[in-house]
Amino acid sequence: MASVLTAADRLAGFQRQAVAEVLQRHDHDPHALVQILREAQEQQGWLPRTLLAFIARELRLTLAHVEGVAGFYRFFHTRPVGQYRVLFSNNITDRMLGAQLLMDDLCLRLGVRPGEVRADNRVSVAHCSCTGLCDQGPALLVNHRHVITRLDAERVARIADLIEAQTPVGDWPAQWFRVVDNVQRADVLLGTPQQPGAAIAAALARGAEALLDEIKRSNLRGRGGAGFATGLKWELCRNAPGSAHYVVCNADEGEPGTFKDRVLLTRHADMMFEGMTIAALAVGARRGLVYLRGEYRYLLEPLHAVLQRRREQHLLGSAIQGQAGFDFDIDIHVGAGAYVCGEESALIESLEGKRGTPRIRPPFPVEQGYLDQPTTVNNVETYCAATHIAIHGAAWWSGIGTPKSTGTKIHSVSGDCDRPGIYEYPFGTRIGRILEDCGARDTQAVQIGGPSGVCVSAFEFGRRIAFEDVPTAGAFMVFDRSRDMFKVVRNFAHFFAHESCGFCTPCRVGTALVVKRLDKLAAGRGSRHDIDVLFELDKLMHTATHCGLGGAACNPLRDTIVKFRPAYEQHLKSLYFEPGFDLDAELSVARKMTGRDDAAAHLETAP
Amino acid sequence: MTAAAFSLDGEDVPFRPGETVLQAAKRAGRYIPHLCWHPEFRAHGSCRICTVKVNGRAGAACTVQAAAGQEVESNTEELNAHRKTLLQMLFVEGNHFCPSCEKSGNCLLQATAYEMNMEGPHFEEFYPDRPVDASHPDILLDFNRCILCELCVRASHEVDGKDIFAIAGHGMGTHLVINSESGRLVDTDMALTDRAASICPVGVILPKRRGFVIPIGERRYDVNTVAEPKHQEAS
Repeated sequence: MASVLTAADRLAGFQRQAVAEVLQRHDHDPHALVQILREAQEQQGWLPRTLLAFIARELRLTLAHVEGVAGFYRFFHTRPVGQYRVLFSNNITDRMLGAQLLMDDLCLRLGVRPGEVRADNRVSVAHCSCTGLCDQGPALLVNHRHVITRLDAERVARIADLIEAQTPVGDWPAQWFRVVDNVQRADVLLGTPQQPGAAIAAALARGAEALLDEIKRSNLRGRGGAGFATGLKWELCRNAPGSAHYVVCNADEGEPGTFKDRVLLTRHADMMFEGMTIAALAVGARRGLVYLRGEYRYLLEPLHAVLQRRREQHLLGSAIQGQAGFDFDIDIHVGAGAYVCGEESALIESLEGKRGTPRIRPPFPVEQGYLDQPTTVNNVETYCAATHIAIHGAAWWSGIGTPKSTGTKIHSVSGDCDRPGIYEYPFGTRIGRILEDCGARDTQAVQIGGPSGVCVSAFEFGRRIAFEDVPTAGAFMVFDRSRDMFKVVRNFAHFFAHESCGFCTPCRVGTALVVKRLDKLAAGRGSRHDIDVLFELDKLMHTATHCGLGGAACNPLRDTIVKFRPAYEQHLKSLYFEPGFDLDAELSVARKMTGRDDAAAHLETAP
Repeated sequence: MTAAAFSLDGEDVPFRPGETVLQAAKRAGRYIPHLCWHPEFRAHGSCRICTVKVNGRAGAACTVQAAAGQEVESNTEELNAHRKTLLQMLFVEGNHFCPSCEKSGNCLLQATAYEMNMEGPHFEEFYPDRPVDASHPDILLDFNRCILCELCVRASHEVDGKDIFAIAGHGMGTHLVINSESGRLVDTDMALTDRAASICPVGVILPKRRGFVIPIGERRYDVNTVAEPKHQEAS
C-alpha cells in the first residue's frame, strides 16, 4: 500500500487514510480496540495522541479510555520511538548467556542509552520480558515483529552497522531470524502423527455428549498451570445459558522460561486448531479466538495460512466435515506485551479491547466470559491433548502418567544444560531424570513452572512432576553451582514488578517494594531486617492480592530464602539494620558548606 | 424461618440473597475496614483493605458473596496487621503530607490508618513526580494523593454520565487521566455538583476556595471514628 502523507496527515502526525482502513477492517468494533491499536502502530511506528483521539472518535469511545488501554500494554508506544526498536529479552536464561553485555555493547556502538531514543530518532534499545526463546538465546525483538536468536558479539556488531546504514529489517541476514524447534524428547503429543480432521471425525462419530464424557473420563487437566479439569470446564460452559458460547485458546505463553507453546504453534498448529474445533462441538460454540502473545507476532502469518487451509479442507467454516449445523471459525488476537493477560479473565478483558485487568471472580468465564457469554479458555497444550483423547479414547490417555495427573507434559528446558529444548514426558517423571536427559551437571537448583512456580534444590531432585507433587506450566530452568541464586530471584522480582497490572495495592506496591529491598541487598547495603521485611511482604501478597500474579510474585523469594539462605546472607552488611542510603555521603553537602573535611566531620571516624 | 446468616468474628450477621460479606456487615452496623468500596457503587476490589478470611480462605469482603454458615474472620491481629501494611503501601506510593493537606481530618485514608494504629510509613517513600491540575475554575486535582480506588471513574460514568476520568499506565505507573484533548480538567464539562466531585475518599478532587472553612480539630474524623456506620465512606 502506498503511503502518501497529506498536509493534514503531517499536521495530525499520522496517516488518516491508512488508519481508517484498519478501523474499516475491524467494522469499527470497539471490542477490537487492542487489535486496532496494534495494527495502527505497525503502520505508524507509534501512537500519537492525535491518533488515539481519531480512533476514539471513530469508535465512539472516550479519548481517556483509549489512552488508558494504549498505556496498559508494554508494546504500545504513546511517545515517539526509534525507527528501529530493539528489545533484549531480559529472562534470567538470556542473562546467563550474556544478554546484558551484548545489550551494553549495542548501546555503546549506537551511542544510545538503554530505554531512551537516540537524538536522531533512529533507534531505541531496551529490555522486554522473556521472549520464549530461552533454548536459543540470547534473543531480541526488533520492531515488535522480528525475533533474532543466538546473539553474539559479531551479530551485535553487524546489527549496529545495519541500523546505521538504515537497512530495512526484512533485508537483514535471514538465518538470524531462524527459530529452531529443538524437540529433544517426543512422547505421545509430539510423536504421534495426526491427519488434519482425524480428531474431528472421531469426535463427530462419538457425538458431542459422548466426546465430553470421554474428555471427563480421561481426567485431562489444564496445562496452563492451575490444572483445572478440562472436561468439567467444558461441561460447565456447555450448560451455562447464553446467546453464544466461545472457545478461547490461551497462547499468551508469558511465564518466563516457557516456550513449549511456541513449538506447538510452529509444528502442530493443526492439532491446536483441531482441539479448539472439537471443544466447540462439545460446548456448542460457533466462534473461537486464539490469544497469541505479542512476542510471537512472527507466527501470525503462518497461523493464518493454516487456518485458511483448514477452511478449504472443510475443517473450519460452515457444516464442518459435512455435518449440518456444525459451524465454527477461529480468529487470532495478538497481544501487546502483558504477562497478566495469561490470567484467563484478564485475557478476556484484552480480547474485548480493554486493559488487561483480571476480573472479579465469580462469575467465572465458563458462565460469563467473552462479551459476558459462556467461554472456555484452555491452554494450547490442553487443546492438543484433547485431540489425542478424541482419537484414542480416555482409557488410553489415563493409562499414561499418574492417577491424578494423566497423560504427558511438555517441558521447556533451558539454562545450564547441554541440550536445551522441548522434552515431553509422562506425568510422574522424576526431576532428576529430566536433568540427566538434558545433560545438566553439578546442578544447584531448577526453577519449575517459571518464576511463579517452585524452586527445587538438589536434595529434591527425586521428586516427580505431577499435580500431586511438583506441578508445572512447562518451564524448567536449570542453574548449576556457579550461579548466584540471589541474582536469579532479583531478576524474577524485577519481572513481576514490570508486569504487575497496577490494579490492586499489594501487587502494585508490593512488587515494587520487593525490588527495592533486593536492589538494596545487591548494593551491599542489606541487613537481616530487610529479609524480615521480605518475609512480611510475601505473606501479605499471598493473602491479599486480587489475582494469582501478585500471589505468586514472592514464590521464588520464599523458596530461595529458605533453601539458599547463604546466597542472601553474603549480601548482608550487618545483621541488624542498614539504611537504604549512605549516611556519611549524605553529610557531604554539610561538609562542603562548612568547609570541613576533618575526621570529626565523618561518621565512621567521628570520635 | 430465621434469615440466612454468616458469622463475623463470632457474631451472626444476617444477609439478603446476592449480598456480599461487606454489604451485609455494613447493613448490620459492623465495620470491615475499606477504601475503594462505596454502597452506591459496584464492588471494585482493588484496595484490598477489606481482606477477610472466609472459612479460612482469604478474600476481599466486598467481592465475596455471603453464604449461610460462613465463618468470617475480620478483626484479627493478623488481618489488621495486613491492613496496616496495605495502608503503609498506599502512603509511601503517593505523596501524602497530612499536615499540609486540605483533606486532613476528612480523609478516609488517614482515618483508616489511625483506626489500624499506623504510626509511620514503615517502608521507604517512592516520592513520585505528579503535577497537579489547577486548570478548572472550581476544582483542584492533586494527583499526589490518588489511591486508584476509581470511585471518581465510576461516579462520573454511572451517575454523572460524563466519563471524565479513566485509568492509564500499568504497575507503579498506573495513574488517573482526564478525558479531554488537552488532558486537563478545564476542557471537560466537570461541575462542582457532579457526584464525582464529592466522592474522592482522599484529597485528589477538591473544591477551590473552601480550604480550611472547617478548622482542623472540628472535622469529620476529629470528632467521629471511621468505624462508625455513618462515617465508613466518603460523603
